[in-house]
Amino acid sequence: MTSIAENVENVPVDVQKKKQQTLMTLKRVIKYSGVRLISLFITVVIGVYLTIMIANMGGYVDTMMKAEIQERITMQIQMNPAFQNMDPATRKELTEKEIQNEIKRLNLDQPLLLRSVRFLRNALTLNLGRAMNLSSDSGSRNVRAIILERIPYTLLLMGTANFILFFTTLFLALALSRKYGSFWDKIIIGLSPTSSAPSWLYGIFLILIFAAVLKILPFGGVIDAPVPKDFLGRSLSVLRHLILPASSLIISQFFYSIYNWRTFFLIYSSEDYVEMAKAKGLPSRDVERRYILRPTLPTIITAFALLLIGTWTGAIITETVFQWPGLGRVTFRAIGLYDTPVIVGTTIIYAYLLAITVFLLDIVYALVDPRVKIGGGGEPKK
Amino acid sequence: MKQFLSTLREIRKYPAAIVGLLIVSALVIFAVVVVINIPYQEAIRLWRGGEEVYGRNPRNVPPKWFNWFREDDLPESFELIEGDNGVTSTVETTKGGTTIKTLSFEFDYNYTAFPQDVVFYFKSNFDVKEPFVAMTWVTPDEREIRLGNFGTGPTLTFPVSQDDQIRKKVDGMMPNVGLFDDPEQEGEQVLQGTYKVNLEAITFEPGSEINVEMLVLGQVYGWAGTDHLRRDLTLPMMWGAPIALTFGLLAALGTSVTTMIFAAIGAWYGGVVDGLIQRITEINLVLPFLSILIMVGTFYSRSIWTILGVTIALSIFTGGIKQYRAIFMQVKESTYIEAAQAYGAKDGRIISRYLIPRIIPLLIPGLISAVPAFVFLEASLALLGIGDPVLPTWGKTINDAYQNAALYRGWYYWILEPAALLMITGLGFAMLGFSLDRIFNPRLRGL
Repeated sequence: MTSIAENVENVPVDVQKKKQQTLMTLKRVIKYSGVRLISLFITVVIGVYLTIMIANMGGYVDTMMKAEIQERITMQIQMNPAFQNMDPATRKELTEKEIQNEIKRLNLDQPLLLRSVRFLRNALTLNLGRAMNLSSDSGSRNVRAIILERIPYTLLLMGTANFILFFTTLFLALALSRKYGSFWDKIIIGLSPTSSAPSWLYGIFLILIFAAVLKILPFGGVIDAPVPKDFLGRSLSVLRHLILPASSLIISQFFYSIYNWRTFFLIYSSEDYVEMAKAKGLPSRDVERRYILRPTLPTIITAFALLLIGTWTGAIITETVFQWPGLGRVTFRAIGLYDTPVIVGTTIIYAYLLAITVFLLDIVYALVDPRVKIGGGGEPKK
Repeated sequence: MKQFLSTLREIRKYPAAIVGLLIVSALVIFAVVVVINIPYQEAIRLWRGGEEVYGRNPRNVPPKWFNWFREDDLPESFELIEGDNGVTSTVETTKGGTTIKTLSFEFDYNYTAFPQDVVFYFKSNFDVKEPFVAMTWVTPDEREIRLGNFGTGPTLTFPVSQDDQIRKKVDGMMPNVGLFDDPEQEGEQVLQGTYKVNLEAITFEPGSEINVEMLVLGQVYGWAGTDHLRRDLTLPMMWGAPIALTFGLLAALGTSVTTMIFAAIGAWYGGVVDGLIQRITEINLVLPFLSILIMVGTFYSRSIWTILGVTIALSIFTGGIKQYRAIFMQVKESTYIEAAQAYGAKDGRIISRYLIPRIIPLLIPGLISAVPAFVFLEASLALLGIGDPVLPTWGKTINDAYQNAALYRGWYYWILEPAALLMITGLGFAMLGFSLDRIFNPRLRGL
């Protein structure tokens, strides 16, 4: 007992010091995370507010929409046979009233500054409001309904393409970095400039070959018309429509992605500690896993996270070329119809996702990369 | 100079760089030649001039060189006017000022494909009574088909394909097919041989004259074919080059240089300035780049210069600024900077004379690699229908083609030509940029 007591007496100094240290680290972590969270939130707020102002062109869109309302309602009343026999003064009054009603409905009678602040508050609380002109396929004007309706399609397309792209290129690059200088390596390097072309250009070539000339795959859209009755038929039809857009997205990034990862792995595999591991005679699988992949993990995770964000935004042009009813296309249509709520809605979702990802990345970095010590390495110099 | 030469020597080791350099220089020379030969105003006139500029071209036909790859040639357009070989005319004046002009247009037609149309243009002067014409079509097997009798007015364009009367006379076939069809054969087959159009034009006043032209519209045209408005696509294919290069180079140059300057300022001053630049970069990351460009194009102005300015403004504070900043942070610690500080150099001088020049070898490959992205950005915006409203570009041609379902209707040349040119331009810059990156970037050297 005594010996233990003696031990206990001895230990507390150490434990206390350690405890104090853990507490300090915890404090630092909380403080750091708090600061980071606040700064990210401010970033999102400013970004979204800017988008709101741009989507309204600093009030210019208001003028345009008012003119449009005036013209539309004047026409409506003039064309309506019920009002044909009305005397001009009453009709004018009616027109004026209708125009004011419509302006009020769209809240155009309030100053933009006021509206923009309300937009911002609603956007930040994900209260996305109602679209001005667009409606979802089910007929709802609710922006959330419109966006939710499109998200599955975008996720299907971008998810498929991005996951295939990410994992195939990563593993091919790893395999290639082992055979540095080989025939395939040279081929990949030679082909990497092809990725300078955007996916829609490849999309056009693919449509030309497989839809127009060979006639084996559809030009665009998401499902055959009439829609197949059974689940299997529907899935197969969607899959057939998915092939071309997904391939175009994959092809446009494929070779450059492999080249990039390959170069990246090569740089890391020429580090001294890798040479050392090889010299020790470790099997190449172990070398790869423990000495090459481990230190490159943060970068791979970052790339993967950014890919996840990219998956949400959709690809405006590729979706337009393939008439794929995703988020990208709805954004494009919303812009064409000056539908600010929808534009802001898509932006806010993207901004939130980005901010959350960046924040999570900071934490994940600290977990996987021992070099990233929160608050800087060691004690600060006096 | 010495460094430049050694770089050139280095480039020789990379075949991709040589190919890229060749493509880029060829494009630049081509663009300059195009702008000199077809000035801006002339290009716009040729593209937007209306019927009188391109009204006599066939509609939606592939380029002439298609024939090089075909066994049986597609017909080319040709025109017959009085005085040409094959056109005979006699004039007979009667009393009372009435003149009868008998014209005969004779031509050989030995193609296996039908022409797109046969058009007659009449032009006359008269005071009160308009001239009157009667036309007969004579096939090689001596069948005669009446094309019509009508008054011409001061000017008249008579395309046979639009005429229902002729259509009835040739068993309901399209007139441009029916007039050339061989009745002995099954289906629509061209009867080859010498065709003749006999035309009698009567003018009723002394001094009243009539001019007749005949135009056979072919199935191929020019070096690039024509679009849905009969416009010659050679113009957008040629003018696309200077526009793409200007936009791509200016955007890449503007973006990289300003990014670099901001990175240098941030790295040098540190503290609040650096923090501010970093925050702006983060905010910029949240902004939807393409959406904003589309909004600017839709709401504000589609002019290529506005779009260029917005593109540069939005591209300054991106990931590139962090890369440059990291390098500047290293350079900042060098002893020669310390030396400069010691002799009393001001901040501005250190940034412009000591920091920035060090990074230029890294800037060049980045700049060249960035060009394709901007070239394609311009095309992408045009594809979405918000390209520059006046200038003919590659992207706009693709947009036109897409709007008219060119792929669906088999007018592949319409999309393939601009797409191929875009591809070549993009590849040229990308190949050069990639190779330069491998030469200049010490970490990549030899990899």
